[in-house]
Amino acid sequence: MALGGLGERLQDIFSKLKGKGKLSEADVNEALREIRVALLEADVNYKVAKDFAAKVKERAVGSEVLQSLTPGQQVVKIVHEELTALMGAQQAKLQVSPKPPTVVLMVGLQGSGKTTTSGKIALWLKGQGKRPLLAAADIYRPAAIKQLEVLGEKTDIPVFSLGDQVNPVEIATRALEHARTNGNDYLIVDTAGRLHINEELMQELSAIRDKTNPTEILLVVDAMAGQDAVNVAAAFNEQLEISGVVLTKLDGDTRGGAALSVKAVTGKPIKFTGTGEKLEALEPFYPDRMASRILGMGDILTLIEKAQSTIDQDKAKEMEARLRQSRFTFDDFLDQVQQLKKMGNMQDLMSMIPGMGKQLKDVQLDDKQFAIVESIIQSMTADERSNPAIINGSRKLRIAKGSGCQVQDINRLIKQFDQMQKLIKQSNTMQQKNKGKKGKGGFAGMPFMQ
Amino acid sequence: MAFFQKKLQTGLSKTRESFWSRMAGIFSGRRIDADLYEELEDILIQADVGVNTSLALTERLRKRVKEEKIADSSQLKPILVQEMTEMLTANEKNGFELQPGRLNILIMVGVNGAGKTTTIGKIASRYSGEGKKVLLAAADTFRAAATEQLSEWAKRAGTDIIRQGEGADPGAVVFDACHSAVSRKCDLLIVDTAGRLQNKNNLMEELKKIGKIIAREAPEASVETWLVLDAGTGQNAISQAKLFGEAVFLSGLVLTKLDGTAKGGVVIGIANESKLPVKMIGVGEGIDDLREFDAQEFATALFGE
Repeated sequence: MALGGLGERLQDIFSKLKGKGKLSEADVNEALREIRVALLEADVNYKVAKDFAAKVKERAVGSEVLQSLTPGQQVVKIVHEELTALMGAQQAKLQVSPKPPTVVLMVGLQGSGKTTTSGKIALWLKGQGKRPLLAAADIYRPAAIKQLEVLGEKTDIPVFSLGDQVNPVEIATRALEHARTNGNDYLIVDTAGRLHINEELMQELSAIRDKTNPTEILLVVDAMAGQDAVNVAAAFNEQLEISGVVLTKLDGDTRGGAALSVKAVTGKPIKFTGTGEKLEALEPFYPDRMASRILGMGDILTLIEKAQSTIDQDKAKEMEARLRQSRFTFDDFLDQVQQLKKMGNMQDLMSMIPGMGKQLKDVQLDDKQFAIVESIIQSMTADERSNPAIINGSRKLRIAKGSGCQVQDINRLIKQFDQMQKLIKQSNTMQQKNKGKKGKGGFAGMPFMQ
Repeated sequence: MAFFQKKLQTGLSKTRESFWSRMAGIFSGRRIDADLYEELEDILIQADVGVNTSLALTERLRKRVKEEKIADSSQLKPILVQEMTEMLTANEKNGFELQPGRLNILIMVGVNGAGKTTTIGKIASRYSGEGKKVLLAAADTFRAAATEQLSEWAKRAGTDIIRQGEGADPGAVVFDACHSAVSRKCDLLIVDTAGRLQNKNNLMEELKKIGKIIAREAPEASVETWLVLDAGTGQNAISQAKLFGEAVFLSGLVLTKLDGTAKGGVVIGIANESKLPVKMIGVGEGIDDLREFDAQEFATALFGE
């Protein structure tokens, strides 16, 4: 793949940086140059990439890095942090109008995927028990109305259309009336693709906006878009004040740097991503994943960074000492769970492990598992936590009642705990054999890994 | 400038304004130094030329500056135009001519939303207007109403169309179309295929199958397969050219939507990296908004007069 070597190149640079005890400014500059090229090859806008590199440099040559014991890792961390921050730290939800129907206006260039995305969003809303109405306001492209109607038929969602001889403004206006009288709580207006420099057609969008007062104006952007994406996004935003972006065709092998550019230029969040041709293939946008994708680096780096930045170093040392003595208790277990929880959403964490992202696509990892483990341990007495052997049948029953679980759940946790203890003993013997190498508390054996 | 009529001029002029105004600063008789080359690289990258190709271009420029002892940056412009043109014409040939006296088959492939169907409508209209017998094959049986969209273009262009229902086997449509085109003694058969992302293996296999059917059912025909590419596409275009090229034998590119502000620099990147000639360009949504591609004129138009 054309872009395949990129991640490796960055990895190389980063591993070089990591090996260094101290970083010179030249080291940082070299790494930043590579990062900039990586961003450019990922279609991040030239100016955005430049600003970004400057920002990272500012932090990287500052005290933050110099005082760090591992400056190389610190740079990696800064890059990822800044990238994620640029993408928007929070996941942005679809806004709801206090006075239904909520109008969602879909706009964008030709071929970006507005009609398909309209159908996807409608289906997504329907799945949440809403009653969306689709409006076919693309009267220009041949058979665009028909396309929306077919999508409506497939998903059993009503489509409002007046044919291709009626002004789109009127279609949208009457669609809104129709939605009101028919009790539709969402109206999704599919508009024709247009160039941002086509004044007449941009004017038409303004008119539709003024008549329908949409809660959401979503700009549909092709994930494969190049440097010009910023001009397009800026123009649409200037004219219409968009509320968010949908990034389509993300199931290709594109790095999707346009996403970063569009976010940086408009300041508007990316709300959804299109990830396939099926109508179900619509996903909320995860800034973190996108950051990793753009950099194309093994996300394991992030994972390690995350672990190191969130795990309390003092506590970790304390635990290490306990592990050495093979004195691992339920209290330690609880500590570990809580540390892991601080690292963030489990699904995101797992997707950072190279190769796991795809496999995990349809697996739902439940963060609730953590809560269950926590409540079980917290229902134990101090004695029980430090000496699990005393947990007998009646104690189990009490713990189960206290934590709102079944006795089986308690049994499972104790079993896992036993296995972990065994693992720790094993690794201790191993470590004594090859001293000097530092062991890390493994994730294997944790309850969510079952 | 026979090819580049007013439409392209206005489209490109927007490209030119921003691109050229920055370029003008560079070529305004400055000293030629490392900063200048770096600025030039940045501008080329910003035009979607791509990092590799931009570096290659400035490298060529450096070499010639040294060889020809150029000191003033105002002399760089014609050299850059020349180098870009050379890069664009290093391939076998840009442009397209119908082979007379036999069936010509054009297979249009590309990612979703690149503009395949619209381009087919324009090509059909052009050749049908020249009195050629044109037939369209609606082998995009996947996307909702794709067949209806092509039918509308067939109507506008005054050509016949071979179609089946949505969800039909594209191979079957192509099979029918080949037989019809041969028996009707058509000059040109244009096959519309469903948009597909180049990393979807099963869909690329389907393209291979279409190619095989055509080779078998119309062995006498002159067959070309064109990758339709949105001018707004970034570096992913390189991957598109590569992976589509691995699945089918690509003979050229069609660059669409050049009437926007997209720089179109991707053409140079593609020519440099995938060695594919550009057959035609799309400059609008109208049925006659199709131009043939001429490298020299393109490079010149991109850089000003």
